[in-house]
Amino acid sequence: MSSPDITITREMTVAKAVSGKRVDAVGVGFQVALLLCLLVCLAFIVVLLGTVVSDGAGVISDRGTGFLTSNLSRFPERAGVAQALFGSIALALVVVVVAFPLGIATAVYLEEYARENRFTNVVRLNIRNLSGVPSVVYGLLGLAVFVELLGTDFGPNGGLTGGRTLIAGGLTLAVLVLPIVIITSSEALRAVPQQLREGGYGVGATKWEVTKKLVLPNAFAGILTGTVLSLSRAIGETAPLILVGAFFGTFYTTGDAGFFDKFTTTYTALPQVVYQWATDAKTEFNTELAAAAILVLMVVTLLANLAAVLLRNRYEKRW
Amino acid sequence: MANLSTPAIPLTGIDLSGDRRRLHRERRVRVLLAGAGLSSLLISVAIVASLIGKSISFLTNVDLATLWTTDKWAPRIGQFDLATLFMGSLLVTGVAMLIATPLGLGAAIYLAEYARPRVRRVLKPILEVLAGIPSIVLGFFAVAWIGPNVVENIFSQADAFSLAAAGIGVGILVTPLVASVSEDAMRAVPHSLREASYGLGARKITTVTRVVFPASISGVVAALMLAASRAIGETMIVALAAGAFGEAKYTTNVADVGMTVTAAMASLAGGTDQVAGGSGTGAGQAFNSLFFLGLLLFGVTLVLNMIGDVFVRRIREKY
Repeated sequence: MSSPDITITREMTVAKAVSGKRVDAVGVGFQVALLLCLLVCLAFIVVLLGTVVSDGAGVISDRGTGFLTSNLSRFPERAGVAQALFGSIALALVVVVVAFPLGIATAVYLEEYARENRFTNVVRLNIRNLSGVPSVVYGLLGLAVFVELLGTDFGPNGGLTGGRTLIAGGLTLAVLVLPIVIITSSEALRAVPQQLREGGYGVGATKWEVTKKLVLPNAFAGILTGTVLSLSRAIGETAPLILVGAFFGTFYTTGDAGFFDKFTTTYTALPQVVYQWATDAKTEFNTELAAAAILVLMVVTLLANLAAVLLRNRYEKRW
Repeated sequence: MANLSTPAIPLTGIDLSGDRRRLHRERRVRVLLAGAGLSSLLISVAIVASLIGKSISFLTNVDLATLWTTDKWAPRIGQFDLATLFMGSLLVTGVAMLIATPLGLGAAIYLAEYARPRVRRVLKPILEVLAGIPSIVLGFFAVAWIGPNVVENIFSQADAFSLAAAGIGVGILVTPLVASVSEDAMRAVPHSLREASYGLGARKITTVTRVVFPASISGVVAALMLAASRAIGETMIVALAAGAFGEAKYTTNVADVGMTVTAAMASLAGGTDQVAGGSGTGAGQAFNSLFFLGLLLFGVTLVLNMIGDVFVRRIREKY
């Protein structure tokens, strides 16, 4: 007689236990807190942009392109970023010429050619470690090797690089981004499906033919994205440039110097000018002009990133 | 047996050895690519070699007893107190991790466990943008906004420059790193674990905090190690925002101005004292101390990165 009652009671107990509360207040609170973490990050970006724009927009709107075309100066109303803009673009050019071929070649070697042995593992570990070395240490490397060793002790008329020159700075930045280029290119090569390579071998192609005609074109989008991102990193780096002697102060580059001559003379770059102005005692320099130079720097990096996104969308393949 | 040894089609007529020119090119390409692979090892050797040489000449010319107890880093007058710089680095890194750990982990958990794919596509770029901001820009932000608006309110002091302002800036810089590495780790946790937890009647918050988080702890530890290494090696934010130029006194108060190992290097190399161009024994010793600091920094970050690397690999092997 009593058994149905017991069954019902037990089911009710279980149902009550399983259904739980309708609203899990702690859970919702937790989720909101997590979302808040992301929103704080967003707030930092917004406040940062707000600060930079409100400090720097005045200079840009007053001077217009004059700010971009005038040289460094002791007088805030005349100071501009022309040399720095040229320096940053020229440094990026050196990085493209040196780090990209070397990095992509290393990635191709590691992913396509190297056998799995101890040597390859050492190279891989080494590259991962290099990517974590602080940028200021790369500056020391540049100072010791590109400025001193290759600059004064080696080669004809005062060395290969000529000391504290643009080419020495560019080489330092190239070495700095090399591990990033290698790692991102390796990932892009790994994403190319194995069947594609096997198809190539099947029709009798050699390893290099397969790599050149099949693997590289198909990994192109990924390699490009990684390399351009590393380029924008190189454009924004300051610490190594301070060490390898991007010029600090006011200098007058000769406007009539040939394009290639500019690579072997004194130079400066956008982040270096930001640092110089931000540490200046005058408010016009350490607030307004520094912020304006940051705006130029950020536009340059943004353009590089935008190019990466557009090119990736143009060439991207889905497998 | 005789049948097998004499195949129906004689193989001798077909040349399977390949085109000699193609094979030669194949070998040349392999050597070239292996050379590129070697270049990364060469860079490591160059870093260590350039650091060690001048470090030894620094250590042999300095009174070793003064390296720890003089309470002042003032290379211009020959005072090289490492404790000052170590404490500075420790405080900045500590503040940075205090900011980056909750923000980064919160963002990672939200993106990995809570955000729907569409929401994730919108929110993830916040971290990517943050990661792409050059450190010199964050340095400017630390002086222009964090110092006056955050640090001055918390510590009720009048100076925009402090170790705390620099630490908060570095914290913002490494937050994306913490988030991306730990998010990868959480996404690598297999779904079966979550389903088992839900099957036992656990709530979402319980599943996330008691199942997913412990399962991804290796990745989280790795993220924090890599972030700490990055924070120790960060130069420009501290050089701008910590407020000590040229020399610094020992301090354990984050609200004070101070100097880190990296800021000391930036200050040695440029701006306040151009040691590289200086002459006399004092200047030479200051120049050498730059490389000694670089060696210390390289060693510490290398150890942290390698530990981080071990933890990252552990989570990859597990799942």
